[in-house]
Amino acid sequence: MIPTPRTLGIAPGRLPAEEIAANFADLAPPLTPHEALVAADRCYFCHDAPCVAACPTAIDIPLFVRQIATGTPEAAAHTILSQNILGGMCARVCPTETLCEEACVREAAEGRPVEIARLQRHATDVAMARPGHPFRRAAPTGRAVAVVGAGPAGLACAHRLALLGHAVTLHDARPKGGGLNEFGIAAYKAPGGFAQAELDWLLGIGGIEVRYGAALGGDLTLRDLRARFDAVFLGIGLGGVNALAAKGTHRDGVRPAVDFIAELRQSDDLARLPVGRRVVVVGGGMTAIDAAVQSKLLGAEEVTILYRRSRGKMSASGYEQDLAAGHGVRILCGVVPVKVKGNGAVREVECAYVEEGPKGLRETGETFTLKADQLLTAIGQTLGPDVPGKLELEGGKIRVTGPGQTSVKGVWAGGDCASGGDDLTVTAVAEGRDAAIDIHRALMG
Amino acid sequence: MADLSTDFVGIKSPNPFWLASAPPTDKEYNVRRAFEAGWGGVVWKTLGLDPHIVNVNGPRYGAVWGADRRLLGLNNIELITDRPLDVNLREIKQVKRDWRNRALVVSLMVPCDEESWKAILPLVEETEADGIELNFGCPHGMSERGMGSAVGQVPEYIEMVSRWCKANTRMPVIVKLTPNITDIRYPARAARAGGADAVSLINTVSSITSVDLDTFSPEPSIDGKGSHGGYCGPAVKPIALNMVAEIARDPETAGFPISGIGGITTWRDAAEFIALGAGSVQVCAAAMTYGFRVVEEMISGLSQWMDDKGHAGLDAIRGRAVPNVTDWQYLNLNYVAKARIDQDLCIHCGRCYAACEDTSHQAIAMKPGRVFEVKDDECVACNLCVNVCPVEGCISMEAMTPGTVDPRTGRVVEREYANWTTHPNNPAAPPRAAE
Ligand SMILES: Cc1cc2nc3c(=O)[nH]c(=O)nc-3n(C[C@H](O)[C@H](O)[C@H](O)COP(=O)(O)OP(=O)(O)OC[C@H]3O[C@@H](n4cnc5c(N)ncnc54)[C@H](O)[C@@H]3O)c2cc1C
Ligand SMILES: Cc1cc2nc3c(=O)[nH]c(=O)nc-3n(C[C@H](O)[C@H](O)[C@H](O)COP(=O)(O)O)c2cc1C
Ligand code: SF4
Repeated sequence: MIPTPRTLGIAPGRLPAEEIAANFADLAPPLTPHEALVAADRCYFCHDAPCVAACPTAIDIPLFVRQIATGTPEAAAHTILSQNILGGMCARVCPTETLCEEACVREAAEGRPVEIARLQRHATDVAMARPGHPFRRAAPTGRAVAVVGAGPAGLACAHRLALLGHAVTLHDARPKGGGLNEFGIAAYKAPGGFAQAELDWLLGIGGIEVRYGAALGGDLTLRDLRARFDAVFLGIGLGGVNALAAKGTHRDGVRPAVDFIAELRQSDDLARLPVGRRVVVVGGGMTAIDAAVQSKLLGAEEVTILYRRSRGKMSASGYEQDLAAGHGVRILCGVVPVKVKGNGAVREVECAYVEEGPKGLRETGETFTLKADQLLTAIGQTLGPDVPGKLELEGGKIRVTGPGQTSVKGVWAGGDCASGGDDLTVTAVAEGRDAAIDIHRALMG
Repeated sequence: MADLSTDFVGIKSPNPFWLASAPPTDKEYNVRRAFEAGWGGVVWKTLGLDPHIVNVNGPRYGAVWGADRRLLGLNNIELITDRPLDVNLREIKQVKRDWRNRALVVSLMVPCDEESWKAILPLVEETEADGIELNFGCPHGMSERGMGSAVGQVPEYIEMVSRWCKANTRMPVIVKLTPNITDIRYPARAARAGGADAVSLINTVSSITSVDLDTFSPEPSIDGKGSHGGYCGPAVKPIALNMVAEIARDPETAGFPISGIGGITTWRDAAEFIALGAGSVQVCAAAMTYGFRVVEEMISGLSQWMDDKGHAGLDAIRGRAVPNVTDWQYLNLNYVAKARIDQDLCIHCGRCYAACEDTSHQAIAMKPGRVFEVKDDECVACNLCVNVCPVEGCISMEAMTPGTVDPRTGRVVEREYANWTTHPNNPAAPPRAAE
């Protein structure tokens, strides 16, 4: 029998393959040249522009938009990429509704900001379609730096170090680079293998030797890296996940949302990727939204997000909440799962209403039960087990001061694994870049 | 990377972008910040003799806006510097001392007698400025006092003052021309005859931007009255380009250095002036609208375009368009084109239709489903539809291949060039040999 959204349990191919493919197409398709000119024309070239202040990598937005408006998108891309080498990915994944576009004066004036992200994508697409790499390395410095983690933080750091003339060895535990660009970001935000294409393009700078399958805590030790390299940068992200405090989470069909998403991102045939008929996602951030929306796009009949606090406290932006709602995802706030029921596999989730009181959240005593075939947890990530013990932590992350200096001399860290920051691609890029500049300063005096 | 460095009558600057003499170059604070922002040079706000002039204390500017309130034209009733001469001179000297590699030209306007010029020139020379620009252009205020455009409109005066200046200073002399004149070639020829090293143009165009319909006062209104001002900004660029081209192709002034001014807002505008022969370009309104940082786009855009086209330096583009500027009578009348509407790009607004049907040649057909198509048998290729179409590149002009038949005239498109001078309808054309 051909599966449908109503097929019981967890099953692949709930929708026809073409429909699934269409569902996972570009969420914000590229601007045509005409659209780009019209959009660019709206920028006022503000003085000391608020959008620039709102961009964690401080891209000179008015300048690049003006460069698009005057018909030089390659120059625009140069403006973008010299601040943010992953400007192409950021254009696709940044929650601009809470960053640059929120700050745009035309958002204040008309509720319709300049479409900065789409313009950024326009320019970087043009630049990346050109042969070669737009930056040239400085003369070799003779210094060698180890970068661990090939996610946005590690890539930005490696690129800047290579640009400055250092010899970089980039390690990653996985068989592929890109970090969450490759394994985490919602598929419809960066379709068409963009993460790998951008990675290859970025490595075009030269001077970066890549070692996949090289794990810190496995073959690599910090002591060894410190001995062999003049400096070490850690951009290892968050390898662990928080466990759900509910009963029965051992049942089949319960898994971390990030694992589900990673599998989805690596699948070369989404029509063969299984998803539940009724999916419950627990959490209030980007990961929860992405897991829920993508479940729906795969053909789940009913998808519900459970979030323990009020809607306004969700870390997913209003735009993302609307995106989920627009795909028919139901968001229940002030609710926690207390018990996962079923016979081997999950069948039902018992939920409790919670309230915020002076001593934090407490259950009201009122409960209800949701039918469910799959339960995805997205209640936060944690540092993985392989963080060298020597490194001091803060709030569960590697403690850093200034531009990514850890408690161990000669070791820098940035991105999701480091303290501070917003757990966004763009902040990881900013931190990786700034750590590189600091490493350069430290090495060159 | 393309080399943008510029040598204009011996005045060197890292790029051709200079700020024109105006409020942006009014004082040391501005000029330092302009140099920091990347401007290749400045022409200091026009100096005069003491006692310094005064400005009105109400609005000095009027404006014309395009869609989305984009500033297209700016008009001003400001005069030359309203600060004492020695303050300006001291500041000029200080800035030049710290910014050796940037061009610093001093604009001057003093009464039309040799003594006044003799008096001011050594003072300017002492600052070590790179050159002087004679402001013969201001259309308001100063002209009523026999200066500015009152001089610029009389070629004999231009020649006379140029000569005085050349006789009394070693600095290069640039004569800034007013566009408020019938034929720009006469003042340019006069400047050359007087020994000046270059001309710069245009200064502002006499204008009234608007009238307040409640008070019936022209804008900008000073206590209920307004006077004409000087117009600048994107709106004046076509006027300026033509005047630059006229001088560049006039046999009497061909090759005479020109600093191009008027409406330059983007790298592209600048490149156009340079292609028409400008050795440097000057900018005022764009800086006043967007701030000093606009120069970054001008620099990046010009270098990118030059790189893309393989032009190593500005010499490779300077004047390249001049040979292509000709008189109407020499245009090829055997060149036949037709408008083409790209149906994939068309958004079906119908503006081309309205324009052609109501005011041109009824050469666009409106078909069911709002499909607009050119009727080749009516289209005279006037370009109006191209110009009114809101989508760039949607309507284009396609040249007809020689040998094919123009459905409008029924005649074969000829390969040979033929212009008005030999056209049978031209009474002055030489008679054709009897058939
Ligand atoms: C599902 C999901 C969706 C998201 N969506 C968005 C979004 O739309 N927009 C946005 O801005 N942000 C989003 N984020 C957040 C964003 O992806 C992260 O903030 C960003 O990727 C952090 O970059 P990073 O380089 O610090 O870490 P990561 O991207 O996690 O990269 C870390 C790298 O280190 C490697 N590594 C880990 N441990 C080791 C080890 N011991 N030895 C060697 N290598 C190791 C990993 O394999 C990985 O390649 C999302 C996150 C998730 C989980
Ligand atoms: C407010 C204002 C004041 C100006 N003052 C002078 C001046 O003192 N001397 C001068 O030669 N030109 C003066 N100009 C003219 C400019 O230098 C320039 O020639 C003109 O604005 C055209 O260039 P634009 O279109 O880039 O503005 C002034 C222009 C403005 C807008
Ligand atoms: S720009 Fe505005 S604030 Fe500044 S001097 Fe002019 S009128 Fe005053």
